[in-house]
Amino acid sequence: MSEARPLLSVSGLAKSFFGVRVLHGVDFDVFPGEALGLVGENGSGKSTCVNIIGGVLKPDAGEMSLNGAPYHPLSPKGAASAGIAFIHQELNLFGNLSIEENLFIERLPKHRMLPLIDRRAVRARAVQLLREVELDLPPTTPVARLSQGERQLIEIAKAISMNAKVVIFDEPTTSLTRHEVDRLFTIIARLKARGIGMIYISHALDDVMAVCERITVLRDGAVLGGGPRDEFSLARIISLMVGRAIDTIYPERMVPPRADPVLRVEGLAQPGVAKDITFDIKEGEVVGLGGLMGSGRSELARMIFGLDAFSRGRIIVGDKVLANPTPREAIDAGMAFLTEDRRGEGLLMDFSIAENTILAALGRFARAAGMLEWRKVVTESKTMAGRVHLSTDRVVETRAKHLSGGNQQKIVIGKWLMRMPKLFILDEPTRGIDVGAKQEVYRIINALVEAGSAVLLISSEIEELMGLSDRILTIYRGELTGSFARAAFDREILMGAVTRPPRAEAG
Amino acid sequence: MVPDAGRQARRGGFAGRLVRSEYFVLLLCALYALAAYPFVPVLFSAEVAGNMIADMSPLLIVAVGQTFVLVIAGIDLSITAVIALSAVVGASIMTQAGGYLPGNGGVLPAILAMLGVGGAVGLLNGLSVTRLNMPPFLVTLATRMFFAGLAIWYTTFHTTSSSIADLPPLFTGLYDFVVLTLPIGESVLTLPLLPVLIAVIVVIGAHVTLSRTMLGRWIYAVGANRRTARVSGIPVESTIILAFTICGVCAALTGILMSSRLQTGSPILGENVLLDVIGAVVIGGTSLFGGKGKIVWTLSGVLFLVLLDTTLKLLGASLFLIFIIKGAVILAAATLDTLRNRIFVEH
Repeated sequence: MSEARPLLSVSGLAKSFFGVRVLHGVDFDVFPGEALGLVGENGSGKSTCVNIIGGVLKPDAGEMSLNGAPYHPLSPKGAASAGIAFIHQELNLFGNLSIEENLFIERLPKHRMLPLIDRRAVRARAVQLLREVELDLPPTTPVARLSQGERQLIEIAKAISMNAKVVIFDEPTTSLTRHEVDRLFTIIARLKARGIGMIYISHALDDVMAVCERITVLRDGAVLGGGPRDEFSLARIISLMVGRAIDTIYPERMVPPRADPVLRVEGLAQPGVAKDITFDIKEGEVVGLGGLMGSGRSELARMIFGLDAFSRGRIIVGDKVLANPTPREAIDAGMAFLTEDRRGEGLLMDFSIAENTILAALGRFARAAGMLEWRKVVTESKTMAGRVHLSTDRVVETRAKHLSGGNQQKIVIGKWLMRMPKLFILDEPTRGIDVGAKQEVYRIINALVEAGSAVLLISSEIEELMGLSDRILTIYRGELTGSFARAAFDREILMGAVTRPPRAEAG
Repeated sequence: MVPDAGRQARRGGFAGRLVRSEYFVLLLCALYALAAYPFVPVLFSAEVAGNMIADMSPLLIVAVGQTFVLVIAGIDLSITAVIALSAVVGASIMTQAGGYLPGNGGVLPAILAMLGVGGAVGLLNGLSVTRLNMPPFLVTLATRMFFAGLAIWYTTFHTTSSSIADLPPLFTGLYDFVVLTLPIGESVLTLPLLPVLIAVIVVIGAHVTLSRTMLGRWIYAVGANRRTARVSGIPVESTIILAFTICGVCAALTGILMSSRLQTGSPILGENVLLDVIGAVVIGGTSLFGGKGKIVWTLSGVLFLVLLDTTLKLLGASLFLIFIIKGAVILAAATLDTLRNRIFVEH
């Protein structure tokens, strides 16, 4: 490891929100040409730390220095001009503007004489920056047309153009395909070669181990351990993060699947999205659906649940045939659907936990003339909060937006458990939530399945599919390419099945 | 988890609680009345109070309907056209000067027809918004122009004057059916009980619907996040259509009361109330972005606007001055709403 002077040094950082301390004197250093992995569960204080460094929040106590000089950003803008670039999880680009306009939006070069933008200077600089991040696109392309991974590269190019000394990455890989992740890592290596320091926040601990030279583990706002990567193993990081050793991430299920199918999908087809898809799911069975982003895995789930239309085929739930389902019919037939967009489709963010919990099961609380029994709403929401191990039981006072991602996801799960679904479709149920919350989600899934429900699980993490499923289906460009029983699970084969069309595999 | 607990905690203190309170606008009304008292002492007389309550009733009913539409993240600009069209349709049925069912016997059919007009226009608005996927602003702007024009055109078939008069005594007597006359001190409180009673029923019914029923949950969910509502199995389209229909029927009800009071069916009835109605609802604190709004808030907003109107008129302010002040107050209310959310509720 380098013995150089740290680029960014943080010591004794403390911060409280409304009298509750969320950071208790956090120290860490970022060295030039190195990446520091900042890991911890949701709510451990990672975001607060980087928000302070990025000038979004002001610390209550603690010192920061950048290149040896004291560093006290007053605003995100101040942080940016000091050389801190923050690449957020939700990217801050303007979809309606072109790549080059986005790159220079804060300081578009002006024409020498006229009060106009010097388009030629913009173009030349943009081309150069795009080459540095290996993005082979004309700078005039509207950002709306770019994939999530390409947008991220634009953000990185922007950081380079502003001569950033430290780049903060917040969960950079969550919405990337594997290929895009590899490209991102190549570019991170290039940034390191230029002497740029990085703070890398991620729940994907494998990625952290692959990218970072140093690791700092946070728990409840304090540093639990820090040092060179070689001193850490995955198991040690996890036990530091959650405060206990987790030996089996995926809990065993005691009850095997039964024979009766809960869901039968027959010849489902929609031009450009799904091609003649047929499969079934049995009582007490977890079927994993593996596929790349854009393979049609989420679209398939949306069609089954009646959110998207399909042109041919039918869906049978129990003994009900749904030829043209709506979400309401799907729910009445016993389905539940946790979509991948928790904030946009799962929750009413401004509403209380109770209001969210009852949303799909309002009929249960209605008496004559649709009058709701509020007392019952509150007691049952509290019971549900306990069942899904929510961090609070103040179900009426607490709004969904004030909870962490893991707890928000638990509310969505609780909302559907209220209906005791026969078939629960889970699309990326653990995206962006920490190890502890993940395990709880797995526990809830298992309890539901042992009680006889069936689950269709969609996940980008092959390990998660392998750990939870009884059977895995693979999908590639709207076509099922394989069905694997638990005994036949193999990482390599599964990876192959999701990345290749079926014919290529046969040939 | 620690930050969760931290963020939940809201800034306390008396000022904070006051500003966040449901009754903040009501409190402002009281403060305003107190402040205005030295300049217009008659404000507290029974006569003026009675007038204010009477003025409030029709406005309140149409504002309640508007609240439903605003909560589902819509807006209904067509309410004044509904008021006008229902007025002339009703009048054309029962007018003693050549109506379809002249005389007192035509009053009930006329009233039903008026409510029907309101419901139909509301339904049309709702269907256009959901089926054609058009923004509510555009839809109701179009229906407003269309039906306002239609009201005037329709009138020309029934009368040569500007409004359809000669309404049967049963209808014109409706507004003043039971008048409470109560001498208090030197002044006399005169209160037409029927419109007040109707307004009270509408307010209570709407309040219970929004706060206590399943339909209320649907309306708030659709307004807060349509996609979440859909995934959760809520009939989003029917909820939107219903909200617009309720709004239309409320506007027609206001049309009935106003026509009865003016004793004529005028195609320009209620022409000026649109901005008062939307203004009142917004002053109350209902969000134009949907998902947030209460009938109690609307009640306070309407009261505030009527109070403002009355004091300014008593002070002898000219019409344009009243407009200027009302505009400023609505702007201030909107700003205040943003501010109080930012300062006292968020971290």
